Amino acid sequence: MTTTAFRPTEQAAQRDRCGAPIVDLTVPVVGGSSVRSSAGTAGLDVSEAERSERFAQMRAGELGSVHSWELVTAVDGPGTRLTVFLSGCPLRCLYCHNPDTMEMRRGEPVLVDELLARVERYRAVFAVTGGGLTVSGGEPLMQPAFVSRLLRGAKERGVSTALDTSGYLGAHCSDAMLGDLDLVLLDVKSGDPDTYRRVTGRELQPTLDFGRRVAASGTEIWVRFVLVPGLTDDVENVEAVARYVATLPTVSRVEVLPFHQMGKDKWEQLGMKYELEDTRAPEPELVDRVREQFRAHGLTVH
Amino acid sequence: MAITTDRGPATTPRQDDDAWRGYVPGPWQDRIDVRDFIQRNYTPYTGDASFLAGPTERTTGIWDRLLEMFPTEREKGVYDVDATTPSSITAHAPGYIDQGNELIVGLQTDAPLKRAIMPYGGWRMVEGALRTYGYEPDPVVGDIFTKYRKTHNDGVFDVYPPDVRAARSSHLITGLPDAYGRGRIIGDYRRVPLYGVDALIAAKKLERVELDMERSTEDVIREREENAEQIKALGELKAMAATYGYDISGPARTGREAVQWLYFAYLAAVKEQNGAAMSLGRTSTFLDVYLERDIAAGVLTEEQAQELVDDLVIKLRIVRFLRTPEYDALFSGDPTWVTESIGGMGEDGRTLVSRTSFRYLQTLYNLGPAPEPNLTVLWSHQLPDGFKRFCAQVSIDTSAIQYESDELVRDQCGDDAAIACCVSAMSVGKQMQFFGARVNLGKALLYAINGGRDEITGKQVAPVAMPVGGDVLRYDEVFESFDRLLDWLAQTYVDALNCIHWSHDKYAYERIEMALHDRVILRTLACGIAGLSVVTDSLSAIKYATVRPVRDETGLVVDYVTEGDYPLFGNDDDRADEIAVDLVRRFMEKVRRQPTYRDAKHTQSVLTITSNVVYGKNTGNTPDGRRKGEPFAPGANPMNGRDSHGMLASALSVAKLPYADAEDGISLTSTVVPSGLGRTRDEQVTNLVGLLDGYNVSSGFHLNINVLNRETLEDAMEHPENYPQLTIRVSGYAVNFVRLTREQQLDVLSRTFHAGM
Repeated sequence: MTTTAFRPTEQAAQRDRCGAPIVDLTVPVVGGSSVRSSAGTAGLDVSEAERSERFAQMRAGELGSVHSWELVTAVDGPGTRLTVFLSGCPLRCLYCHNPDTMEMRRGEPVLVDELLARVERYRAVFAVTGGGLTVSGGEPLMQPAFVSRLLRGAKERGVSTALDTSGYLGAHCSDAMLGDLDLVLLDVKSGDPDTYRRVTGRELQPTLDFGRRVAASGTEIWVRFVLVPGLTDDVENVEAVARYVATLPTVSRVEVLPFHQMGKDKWEQLGMKYELEDTRAPEPELVDRVREQFRAHGLTVH
Repeated sequence: MAITTDRGPATTPRQDDDAWRGYVPGPWQDRIDVRDFIQRNYTPYTGDASFLAGPTERTTGIWDRLLEMFPTEREKGVYDVDATTPSSITAHAPGYIDQGNELIVGLQTDAPLKRAIMPYGGWRMVEGALRTYGYEPDPVVGDIFTKYRKTHNDGVFDVYPPDVRAARSSHLITGLPDAYGRGRIIGDYRRVPLYGVDALIAAKKLERVELDMERSTEDVIREREENAEQIKALGELKAMAATYGYDISGPARTGREAVQWLYFAYLAAVKEQNGAAMSLGRTSTFLDVYLERDIAAGVLTEEQAQELVDDLVIKLRIVRFLRTPEYDALFSGDPTWVTESIGGMGEDGRTLVSRTSFRYLQTLYNLGPAPEPNLTVLWSHQLPDGFKRFCAQVSIDTSAIQYESDELVRDQCGDDAAIACCVSAMSVGKQMQFFGARVNLGKALLYAINGGRDEITGKQVAPVAMPVGGDVLRYDEVFESFDRLLDWLAQTYVDALNCIHWSHDKYAYERIEMALHDRVILRTLACGIAGLSVVTDSLSAIKYATVRPVRDETGLVVDYVTEGDYPLFGNDDDRADEIAVDLVRRFMEKVRRQPTYRDAKHTQSVLTITSNVVYGKNTGNTPDGRRKGEPFAPGANPMNGRDSHGMLASALSVAKLPYADAEDGISLTSTVVPSGLGRTRDEQVTNLVGLLDGYNVSSGFHLNINVLNRETLEDAMEHPENYPQLTIRVSGYAVNFVRLTREQQLDVLSRTFHAGM
């Protein structure tokens, strides 16, 4: 299960810097939350198990904290995909557009078999669209036992898999889990360590290590980079990401995602401080410049 | 039911060696059997779109003339009207757009966009429409249709029982074709080019001989009279073509003649009938046989073949009817539903896609996007990839295609079926429907809660029943009342439809369309339901959450306070979706118990065109939190914004509705922005093909795909003059966006804009 990776003092320091509240990464309090996200887990049976039993199930990876699921096309991997958003994330990205997935306690307890039944249901759709299962979040690697079981179950059903991760908890990804992945969507939030810390509240190094490990395993990677004016757009910062990505031989595409303000309301609803109130979406010229920077390193960029 | 094996009557079409040169012989030569001709002679095309030709200067020139006229028409509502000549097949002198340059000729009146009056449906409709657009009704014509000639509208109101009147005026049953033409009948217009009119008349005379051998009972007498009318109409068709200088008594000998003969047949229908939907059928692969023969003989080039198709489509785009603004508000814009069904697979496993299937779609590039003709692709995951990709590309570029499941249609009506209107499949020339509009299920639920009283007026409309009591609505109690109310509603509804179609047959019979049918046909009584998602969510709220009724001083429940979470339709959540499935089955079962006029087979649709706005306007607050007057979702769509798990999850909820209990079609409209389909154009096409395949293999029936930006629509609302051709699809039908009312435009906007799919 997830461990307490950070000392409270560190968290307090980060809270001052980043604005978003940071919860303790102890055993997640699943369920019983007063804030239920709209219809996130519609169609999934939410576990009614007792608290103690739930902890046992979570440790075994049978039960996870799920924010929502969605059938998506053209994002989160090829074809039409079942994207499962898990709750909980160690990062506190200033531009996060899903801050409601940051805390594991806001998720719903869902059994892995329940999700796999849904994977089963969409097998025909995956087959004709060339899609599959994408595990996203939050940070899915906060629940590695659950994710392992989920990916294994998908592979056993012949379904293509993808993991959408920041790589920060890459150490939680076992070799067996990596073996069950067809694609990793690696979110490299910045290339400059200081900028990375400023954006996410965490260190860059684990991401870099994880990306190299994925590439070494031969697994395909799509890199994502969120372009936020005044935050991640510095030429050198972008250059550092591009240089790093160019060293990963299995990267097949880089997606430069222009920042948008669609997540703003969620921050307000959650009573969290949103620092990018006045930040605007990048101008097309800026997006072009950044994409060109990646292209200059021989990368396929969208 | 295997309609395709139900062959037409034996006949002796003129053996025309010249017209049929090179065609593979077969039973089609000895009796009317268009399908047999197609099957033996068409060439499936499995390639891509690269062979297609762009518009010629001639084509563009003709279309430009019309483009210049459209702004005036939009501004005035109509371009021009012949207010004094009741329309018939031969009533108007020939008309042209640009006589010297038109390859295919024929207009409804003597000038383009000039509308005709068709008073057989009802004089009031004509009078109202004329006054609206500043034309004075001719007193003599008025006298004829009020004093001397009874209309369909008069006939219906002479026979309606009181329950029907009450349900109608309270908007529980709406949109009934009791004051306008029922439409949704597809003449097999292909019979005219294949056999020529004389052979068709001979075949009808043979049918008459059969009828003359029967005793003169009411049914037989009616059929004889109809047969006599059909033969007269065929004669008039020949006479009309002759005024344009064509003798269509024999079969068409060339591609150009085939297109022209076919168009004359269709033109005769729209000269005579102002039907709610005047669909064309399934003509592309039929015509392909003629076009390919000419191309192979070296007498026609690809460019010329495309010109013929372009010219036909230009004509289909300017079919016009004179209608009242109320009618247009109900149906959104000024629709004619010239639906043409394209593609599909044959029963023998070969695709029915031909090069001409591509040529029809190409008109959306050559002439620009337009709602008419209503191009409908019969989609199967088995279709050739080149065609699939072209369809997806055209959808992304124009939003002007709707998709229906060829798998379901073929299973139901065989492989020579076509869609009438939006989603009604029928075997061409062998099946027709009695169009029945729809009942408002949302209102019915409120009536059930209120013991049969109207939730807005408080009037007792349905039979008196015990209102649902208590501070919290109990699911079992509400459901029992609702079930009882639906019993009464089904009975009242079918009564209404029987009255309507008896009268329509009597006073506004579709002579030429039925002349292009077999004698023995399958008639369906096409019932329909509106508000499926509202009722589903409302019942789900009552079942899974706590719903407290709010009563006024007379005890009438006028509002609901709902607390707690409950499953919503449109999220592939079986708990909610099962309620919807049960509603469809339940109402269909109740309808099936009712006797029908001419022993029509009961069917139903879950389709509201765009009248979902009008239905919502007339319905009070509902337990799902929808406010009084708020639009329903169109067709079988989930309620706006409540489908939160992606476009396909939403579609899969709808795909659960059983087609066997909604054989008249289940409509779904989805809107996406292009970027929501992929990063590159190639990826967008691939992903849209994938989605269509995904819906198809999940037994989804119908899908409208709008690929648009929200900004585009907002700008179009502010600057309609810049978007004269902006086409969007809503529930089975493509409409010209700038011709929608502002309310409808806002409704389209508020619908889920799936940023990603």
